[in-house]
Amino acid sequence: MEDIDVRRVIETAARDSYGRLVAFLAARSRDVSAAEDALADAFASALETWPRNGIPGKPEAWLLTVARNRMTDARRHARVRSEAVPTLLMIADEAHAMADSNISFPDERLNLLFICAHSAIEAKARTPLMLQTLLGLDAVRIASAFLVQPAAMGQRLARAKRKIRDAKIAFEVPVASELPARLEAVLDAIYAAYGSSWDDVAGADPRRRGLSLEAIDLCRMLLRLMPEPEVNGLLALMLYCESRHKARRNAGGDYVPLSEQDTAHWSRPMIDEAEQLLKTAARSGRIGRFQLEAAIQSVHAQRAVTGHTDWEAIALLYEGLVVHAPTIGALVGRAAVVAEARDTAVGWGLLEVIPTETVKCYQPYWALAAHLLARLQRTDEARTAYGHAIGLCEEPAMREFLTRQLQTLSASSTG
Amino acid sequence: MNYTILAYETAEAYSARTDPNKQENYRAGWMAYSQVLREAGILVTGAGLQAPDTSTTVKLHNGQRMVQDGPYADTKEQLGGFYVINVPDLDTALGWAARCPAAIAGGVVEVRPNIQMPS
Repeated sequence: MEDIDVRRVIETAARDSYGRLVAFLAARSRDVSAAEDALADAFASALETWPRNGIPGKPEAWLLTVARNRMTDARRHARVRSEAVPTLLMIADEAHAMADSNISFPDERLNLLFICAHSAIEAKARTPLMLQTLLGLDAVRIASAFLVQPAAMGQRLARAKRKIRDAKIAFEVPVASELPARLEAVLDAIYAAYGSSWDDVAGADPRRRGLSLEAIDLCRMLLRLMPEPEVNGLLALMLYCESRHKARRNAGGDYVPLSEQDTAHWSRPMIDEAEQLLKTAARSGRIGRFQLEAAIQSVHAQRAVTGHTDWEAIALLYEGLVVHAPTIGALVGRAAVVAEARDTAVGWGLLEVIPTETVKCYQPYWALAAHLLARLQRTDEARTAYGHAIGLCEEPAMREFLTRQLQTLSASSTG
Repeated sequence: MNYTILAYETAEAYSARTDPNKQENYRAGWMAYSQVLREAGILVTGAGLQAPDTSTTVKLHNGQRMVQDGPYADTKEQLGGFYVINVPDLDTALGWAARCPAAIAGGVVEVRPNIQMPS
């Protein structure tokens, strides 16, 4: 057996089944950390024994058997929480039964997703917890994406897992009456993973690509397990945004705003998939925030076909969005679109009424304010706003773009 | 809690300081950043440093004073300035550090908590 084949089988098993294995073990032991540790051991021993003895017929069942053996040993060894041992022995029997038969083990990932976004888990640990337990991402990578000290991220994750174990948070899908709110928390957490890569317009450095693809993976997983309209909506939204990944920079590496992007660089398959998802969601007749946001992106996507943007349609969708979810992002987005669809002064009016305190450090607000003030020929105020937008910017290409805009403004006002 | 943001700049950034085509943007970036720190009400103090070749180091070696030209650490990126900011936690400090022009221009930014002075 070639080592390289074994490695590939293990990598495939890790990618496809990591979350399922963790969820299965954790659902029975309530101990996410122990499940992860045991699974790490199982993968290590697969690397050691598979090249020698061949790849087992059911790699997942093999991994599961080894992992639960490790968990049982660890528990017996520690002589703590001995009440857990019978449970683990039960898992052992189940794992054996599955290894010997054709039954596949039950998928508990949906339960794990709901646990990760449970209200008992601190909000800023939810997304990291999903990324780690369901996709197997390490704390350092997660910490970098969220701009958190790696050691602090490790502690935050450990604390959340202790909470799940000690508070005995139930591994179950919420009842119908709680479902909308609980699902929203899951969707928010997935979207936060996508948002971590917002600033990396360039995508030039793979280490800084953020977690957009991981967020899409999580959402696909959720959709297969729970095809609710808002899940379709969120996946569609992320796919529309992702479809423009290559168009956000020109050949020279400069930032290109959406309205100036070359639609030939948009990914047609991603847009088609997003359209399909949005149609499926719409059939339910239950509108929601993510469907509205996706619909806005869908109108933008139409430019690839029609050659122009229907700003009025986008403005109407924003009216709906600010009713459903009046976030700062939605309010700023609406002002931008109204300025485009109707009149710059009207758009500025909508921006102006947002309380300053809430947008003081919100970069997109200042970028838009600068742009609108420049168009209204309020040059001094525009210059100040550009200063804020540049000072708050984290992304090199975007920052260069704003600096160029500021230069153009200065040149036109003096010349 | 006070945190110090140490901005290590690349050779390109140092040359932008004196390049007539680049210095205006270079300076504007730092001014914009300093301004947002000030307006966020978190800036305690800070300073920009002249280029590393203006630096002089002093140390005692076997009781002998040794004075040398140039910066202490011979690293690719060199300390170009610092800010002391007052924010509630490290996460917030890192959020501000990521916006520092040195970080955006390919340099490195280090964040360290200050020692709390007994009042």
